[in-house]
Amino acid sequence: MSTTLLIVQILNGLQLGVLLFLIAAGLTLVFGVMDFINLAHGVQYMLGAYLAVMFYSLTGNFFFALVLALLAALAFGLLLEFAVFRHLYDRDHVDQVIATFGIIMLLNQGVKLVWGAAPLSLPIPELFSGSVALMPGLLYPVWRLVIIASGLAVALLLYLLVSKTRAGMLVRAGATHAPMVAALGVDIRRLFMVVFGFGTMLAGFAGIMIAPILSVEPGMGDTILILAFVVIVIGGIGSIRGAFIAALLIGLVDTLGRSFAVDIMRLFLSPAPARTVGPALASMLIYLVMALVLYFRPAGLFPAKGR
Amino acid sequence: MVQAALTAPPAARRSPLRGNALPLAIFLILALTPLFAVFGAQAYVLSLVTRVMIFAIAALALDLLVGYGALVSFGHAAFVGLGAYAIGILSSHGITEILVALPVALIVAVLFAYLTGIVCLRTRGVHFIMITLAFSQMIYFTASSLAPYGGDDGLTIQTRATLLGLNILGNDRALYYISFACLAGAYLLCRALVASRFGRVYRGARENPLRVATIGFPVYRYQLVAYLIAGALGSLSGFLLGNATDFVSPAYMSWQRSGELLIMVILGGLGTLDGAIIGAAAFILSEEWLSGLTEHWKVIFGPLLVLVAIFARGGLLGLVARLRGAPHD
Repeated sequence: MSTTLLIVQILNGLQLGVLLFLIAAGLTLVFGVMDFINLAHGVQYMLGAYLAVMFYSLTGNFFFALVLALLAALAFGLLLEFAVFRHLYDRDHVDQVIATFGIIMLLNQGVKLVWGAAPLSLPIPELFSGSVALMPGLLYPVWRLVIIASGLAVALLLYLLVSKTRAGMLVRAGATHAPMVAALGVDIRRLFMVVFGFGTMLAGFAGIMIAPILSVEPGMGDTILILAFVVIVIGGIGSIRGAFIAALLIGLVDTLGRSFAVDIMRLFLSPAPARTVGPALASMLIYLVMALVLYFRPAGLFPAKGR
Repeated sequence: MVQAALTAPPAARRSPLRGNALPLAIFLILALTPLFAVFGAQAYVLSLVTRVMIFAIAALALDLLVGYGALVSFGHAAFVGLGAYAIGILSSHGITEILVALPVALIVAVLFAYLTGIVCLRTRGVHFIMITLAFSQMIYFTASSLAPYGGDDGLTIQTRATLLGLNILGNDRALYYISFACLAGAYLLCRALVASRFGRVYRGARENPLRVATIGFPVYRYQLVAYLIAGALGSLSGFLLGNATDFVSPAYMSWQRSGELLIMVILGGLGTLDGAIIGAAAFILSEEWLSGLTEHWKVIFGPLLVLVAIFARGGLLGLVARLRGAPHD
């Protein structure tokens, strides 16, 4: 494996990592603050991508599309919260699982109904198209760098919001002990709604940013949802910091595993079995990491709750 | 907090019909279905109800975990897949004898349940949900990468399992009654288990594991045994499923399939066993009916699930109990 390839794959891993962070941040807050399992978080990501495609075809400008799609994703998230989720906060996890599973079914099929089953695509904005030479002989697409940068910017913003503002303090307090926060006179329902809306918007943002390099298709949120769950469980439910570190870890492990598993297996096996075992091991790698982390630290790396 | 949240609502635990009337009715209907189906589209009805019964076995197993143990497994489809792959892989090598293939399917599933159970059962609540999901994803990706056995595309089962060389599963009606017998056996096993001393300790651990542990019962071991049994039953269901569909693919163990199994159990009513069978029937029959109406049936089915989650606490059995005005305890 050459150094250039290694650097490219590390950057790809970072890009997947920040994408996962954008999704996992909302998920871990909703999970941590409200103790609510939102399987429908992945379809919010998908919806973000679809909305971006739709608004792009309407306006012809990526940045208008970005803003409009963000607002629409937020509005839809709040609608879902109002119509469905708020009735389920104090219910069993199993009720939450089937309700949000129902929403996945509805939206995965709904986007097929509205936009068709064929994959759609979104062009990379003119300003950021093409590649840039990071090193002699190392070309890297600008858009992926933009994704990494915007993900890190959001992470910084979230850090400031959560650790420096009053709302952030309430969110942290809510993740630690929600009933106590409510007892102190905070309107916990409104806090939930704000957190939920914000999380939805972040997932939508991830969908919009990734739309130019992935095909936008029904079910695109399902795989990423499972990865995001792995991230928040490894990071510790309710912890933004944990989500950030775990997201980068999972992004890197998954990407590097997939690129180099066959080569690494060749060190131990003959080429033919290495080609079979390598990819299998690569897809399992992050789940192995998760099982290991949970075996040694059942509450994740940075548990937010004092339980 | 999580423990309290995970227990089924009390109303759901009691069957709305007193005693054995409901299960007797269910099994009577299932036993007689092939006779009445003679005049209509027999093959269609037989294969549909066979599918219901096969999934009901997996749902029963899951009810044992979720309903009676508050162990919300989001990876039960892995066991179904293991059973299906056992017959698929053995059959592709020409080994179709049930007396060989079925024990292999069960042993593999129990082994997998043991290896994952010792990790999963260290965690509680949400973490248990997620780690069972993670392990089933591992099995899913392993199956997807089994290039010699079809990989992502799956594997067609050329010859169904045989008993002492007799191709008994080749006949749809025989397959129906064998599935029926397996379902009845699984049901009786689960009922006996839940009512036994073992079951009382196990159910006690659902309510308050700490207290049960304090009395002196090794909670972890009880839960592990239940997990192994549920895994074996899941594998039995998969073994039958592979034979019924003549096909096995990684999709059998996707997380969506695990979710569907959970839905079946919750739809019928958690912690009732009868509810698992009713839920499997309700899920598969309404899926069949709606998908006949429109190709976009999920647009109808999804919101239905949301309504069930919000309004029908305790599933269909809980709903019936409330409509009959049964007192809540």
